[in-house]
Amino acid sequence: MGEFGIGQPVRRKEDVRLLTGGGQFTDDIDLEGQVYAAFVRSPHANAKIIAIDSSAARSMDGVIAVYTGQDLVDKGIGLLLNDASYTDRSGRPMSKPERQVMPVAQTRFVGEVLAMVVAETPSQARDAADAVEIDFDPSDAIASTAHALDPSAPKVWPQYDSNMVVHWEYGDQSDVDAKLAKSHKRVAVDLINNRLVVSPMEPRAAAAKWDAATQSLTVHTPSQGGRRLQMALAQQLLNLEPSKVRIISKDTGGGFGIRSKMYPETVMVSFAARELNRPVKWRGDRSETFVSDYHGRDQVNHAQMGFDAEGRITAMKLATLVNVGAYLSENGVRLPMEGGGRIIPCVYHVPDFYFSVKPVFTHTICTDTYRGAGRPEANYIMERLMDAGAKATGLSREEIRRRNFITQEQMPYKTHLGFTLDSGDFAGTLDMALKAADWAGFDTRRKEAATRGKHRGIGVASFIEGAGSRPTEGMRLSLDEKGDVTVFAGTYSHGQGHLTVYSQLVNEFLGVDFDKVKLVDGDTSLAPKVSVGTFGSRSSMVGGAGIKMAAEAIIAKGKKIAGHLLQTDAEKVVFANGAFQAGASSISLAEVAEAARDAKRIPEGMSPGLDETVTVELESENFPNGAHVCEVEVDAETGIVEIVSYVAVDDCGIVLNPFIVHGQVYGGVAQGVGQTLTENVVYDASGQLLTASYMDYGMPRAAHLSHIEALFNEVPAKTNPLGVKGAGEAGATGAPPAIVSAVVDALKPFGIDHIDMPLTPERVWRSIQNSKHGQAA
Amino acid sequence: MHNFQYHRASDVNDAASKLSACDDPKLLAGGMTLLPTLKNRLAAPSDLIDLGNIAALKGIAVEGKEVVVRAMTPHAVVAASADVLKALPALASLAGNIGDPAVRHRGTIGGSVANSDPAADYPAACLGLDAVIETNKRKIAADDFFLGLFETALQEGEIITAVRFKVPDNAAYMKFRHPASGYAVVGVMVAKYGSKVRVAVTGAGPHAFRVTEMEKALEASFTPAAIANIKVSPEQLMGDIHCSAVYRSHLISVYARRAVEQMTK
Amino acid sequence: MDIDVKMTVNGKAVTGKVEPRTLLVQFIREHLRLTGTHVGCDTTQCGCCVVHVDGVAMKSCTMLAVQAEGRSVTTIEGLAAADGTLHPMQEAFREHHGLQCGFCTPGMVMMGVDIARRLPNADEKTVRHQLEGNICRCTGYQGIVEAIMDASAKMAAKA
Repeated sequence: MGEFGIGQPVRRKEDVRLLTGGGQFTDDIDLEGQVYAAFVRSPHANAKIIAIDSSAARSMDGVIAVYTGQDLVDKGIGLLLNDASYTDRSGRPMSKPERQVMPVAQTRFVGEVLAMVVAETPSQARDAADAVEIDFDPSDAIASTAHALDPSAPKVWPQYDSNMVVHWEYGDQSDVDAKLAKSHKRVAVDLINNRLVVSPMEPRAAAAKWDAATQSLTVHTPSQGGRRLQMALAQQLLNLEPSKVRIISKDTGGGFGIRSKMYPETVMVSFAARELNRPVKWRGDRSETFVSDYHGRDQVNHAQMGFDAEGRITAMKLATLVNVGAYLSENGVRLPMEGGGRIIPCVYHVPDFYFSVKPVFTHTICTDTYRGAGRPEANYIMERLMDAGAKATGLSREEIRRRNFITQEQMPYKTHLGFTLDSGDFAGTLDMALKAADWAGFDTRRKEAATRGKHRGIGVASFIEGAGSRPTEGMRLSLDEKGDVTVFAGTYSHGQGHLTVYSQLVNEFLGVDFDKVKLVDGDTSLAPKVSVGTFGSRSSMVGGAGIKMAAEAIIAKGKKIAGHLLQTDAEKVVFANGAFQAGASSISLAEVAEAARDAKRIPEGMSPGLDETVTVELESENFPNGAHVCEVEVDAETGIVEIVSYVAVDDCGIVLNPFIVHGQVYGGVAQGVGQTLTENVVYDASGQLLTASYMDYGMPRAAHLSHIEALFNEVPAKTNPLGVKGAGEAGATGAPPAIVSAVVDALKPFGIDHIDMPLTPERVWRSIQNSKHGQAA
Repeated sequence: MHNFQYHRASDVNDAASKLSACDDPKLLAGGMTLLPTLKNRLAAPSDLIDLGNIAALKGIAVEGKEVVVRAMTPHAVVAASADVLKALPALASLAGNIGDPAVRHRGTIGGSVANSDPAADYPAACLGLDAVIETNKRKIAADDFFLGLFETALQEGEIITAVRFKVPDNAAYMKFRHPASGYAVVGVMVAKYGSKVRVAVTGAGPHAFRVTEMEKALEASFTPAAIANIKVSPEQLMGDIHCSAVYRSHLISVYARRAVEQMTK
Repeated sequence: MDIDVKMTVNGKAVTGKVEPRTLLVQFIREHLRLTGTHVGCDTTQCGCCVVHVDGVAMKSCTMLAVQAEGRSVTTIEGLAAADGTLHPMQEAFREHHGLQCGFCTPGMVMMGVDIARRLPNADEKTVRHQLEGNICRCTGYQGIVEAIMDASAKMAAKA
């Protein structure tokens, strides 16, 4: 409705506060009487812990306590649990080693927390942590994904036969092999999906307070919604009733998938606050977050695809190794199957599919969800296969895609692993992108670049995502006596602008002024009982549907009250333009809200107030998709790749606020550019992290990107009442295959078919040096 | 960061006497390398002697055919100096591409040169522009100054006061930035003084060095083609996860040639 | 041994007693409780801590509090007018969606003001290179670059 309703590019309500220094990130919060934690981390990737001597540390100025893993065992602190459950085809279950919050006997990755010091000041805590002496017996380590299953690889968990967590399979291998063998053309690709540091800009932090009188715990920490942290802390770790644990995230400086995980430091800060009955605070250094925040991606893939004489896909075979790290994180082991696997075959019809997944343990920090969480990996595989297929069949890259798209007529389309795609105009979206990028006119630009000594290339990627996972969420709308609305959400905005978008929705559905809507989120004690959080691009769908449903409940109750006040049947009352009307009489929502608080002015037996809590339970995720076109120029002499243009066409369904959705696209593309060009986690053979700071890990900077043109092809989702599709992860999914395709296109004169990410200058230069032609043909 | 004693030096002599009086002191110039090192607890000096308030250590002067940059002059000041832009635009350009703007506002030439970081830019300027490094005790030719990885000819108690560059007929600096840190992976300064040519490289070896083979070739014929096939052996160069020695060797040839191309355009 | 420091922060004279190792950003955040200036790394790369010292952008995480003795520091809290009117750079960040989570934002805005001061008519490419020392993980920089260009033009027109 009007300038603040659905689809309007409304400026954010969050911004003035954040632009004037009013953010309240965890480290900005001081708790009265707080003391400070510092952690002792393992310098070894694989070592027995012989002894920990904290006597020197304990005697230092300001030191209040030193805790080790044994203290946690003695105090009955629980384990970090994982509820994944996969079996191989013989019925053998996956390996599920236990994870102690701080290990007692063995350390399994560099940066693992082995002891904690609490002191009066942060410097004292750090000084004392340096004085904790640990006697180790180090052994060889394995960090490489590709070599984790080598017979000679050191075992991360000696009680198991190998570093393989499980061999999970889908489909009939012999059938697929036969179809591939009979195909007119077959292609194969070997792809490394490089490991990434997620790196939200706010380093991880936690500040915990124990209230002895009520025996309850409050933890301030960055999150993506605290409910899961609350439940894990209460039920698994500290043996408390969930109602006695409150997680608060006032502001969170970026999430990208790794913020709702239970980390040892959070447990330890909470534990110490209870033990000491003093608030305990910790802010991680960036160097700590590099070694101990969960990492993303890290797959090795071998994929094959067959095509018939018309260039149509006959079958696909995919073998994935995924590095889960030293322990099982919450989702790391699931990502190839439930993140990526379910969306395969992405936007293409693949009649037959065999999929083998081997998650492997290594002596590295765990991997877990990172923006896209399996879908970028899956789409990257598909798009590299399609480019290979184009070359093998002689079709153009756009034509082979068109021939294989799942059409709107084929929908609902069930993927092999059980997603049901409801909507999407893949061919139309591709055409929009090609047109916006002037794909047809590329040759002129290529020739012009050549006159400047540059190799120009263009690339395209079509992709699809599954967004809105676990589509259940609570939502509460509460009207005060003036009719102003407070939204209580279990979703949690950490950059996505929920206050703005939810205000638009309340404005749309209830006619309440945009400025008169408040949002309360990031607090488990104030969230609806059913609250899951913000991840997997779910909040527009579940949060949006929740607001619609709660608004409808408000209107339904409001009609009864209005009918009572106007002395007419509730059925005759209509709600429009922010007012209840019956015949010629009208009463505003604000007036009804005021009356609703007075038991004497509402129907008998009705509970007072206009305050409704609903639980949204949707049947399915939604499926955002798009086509991205990238143009690059390569300096063949140095290997430097420059992105010179980028067009993103996204089908995010109905766009609630294009201003904000554009921002999601730009940010996602930037992360995709990072993965493709600059970012890469490197461990050496002994398991030391070599890229452990921004000095060595290539975060994308402004100059690595070009202007991005973002357009929408809005095809409403059928899976949710607002028709929305999650927008958060599309960019990170579309960018890597589009950019790699462009670079390979630029290097066509050298006969180069593929370069693994990241396409660093040296890698590109070496590819050229090693190419068949050596010099451009 | 470990704790230390802090001293604010009032002039160079005061700094020198404080240096000799302390146990394990360090001079604090712009702090752009020293402070991150201390924050990461990679060093633990007993005392820091801050040169930041010594006015005599700041400023730029053109003296005949020389540009004198005093030790505590920040990179941004060098980059924006009208004198430097006129007399030695290659030096202004080099200074203007060190680190990032905020770093350039604090980082100083004296700190950079004294540290002899293998990936710092200024050492290439010192060698390429035939500089003399002036200290509170003596003058040291740049050719004799950079001795090794983070190692210079500076002796204990010696404080850089200025760097005196010789103005060439023409010069150019080309740099391949490290994708993460922005430091030079390879930086090449080429300068022409009459019939003499200097080619200095930073980023690639354990310290900045000259490529005499290129210099001779350019003295014979100042053309890009003259050095097209001259390579610095990778065996003398560093390799890391970002750039191997072989690649650095290649980049030296490319960037030297491009510098000459720019100068002969 | 603690040292007395005095400086001007956002126009007000302030004093404090600090350890020599206290960074300017720690002084600002912990002693003055001005928490808009953030710490995002420990290697002088991310720029979340950028403030102005005597009108020039500096990384307050790589400067000792004692080095700011007698100087005038402006933080994000001191940028808007006393009546709350946003600085043109702040306004442009809002208008161009130059922020999402808001963590890098104070440093970005302070750097943006510095860029506008030095390079009033910088083109897109220049602005992108000027942001070398400021990392944002949310926005893809697009709104930031647009905001800085827009505000720079407005500030130059007003000057």
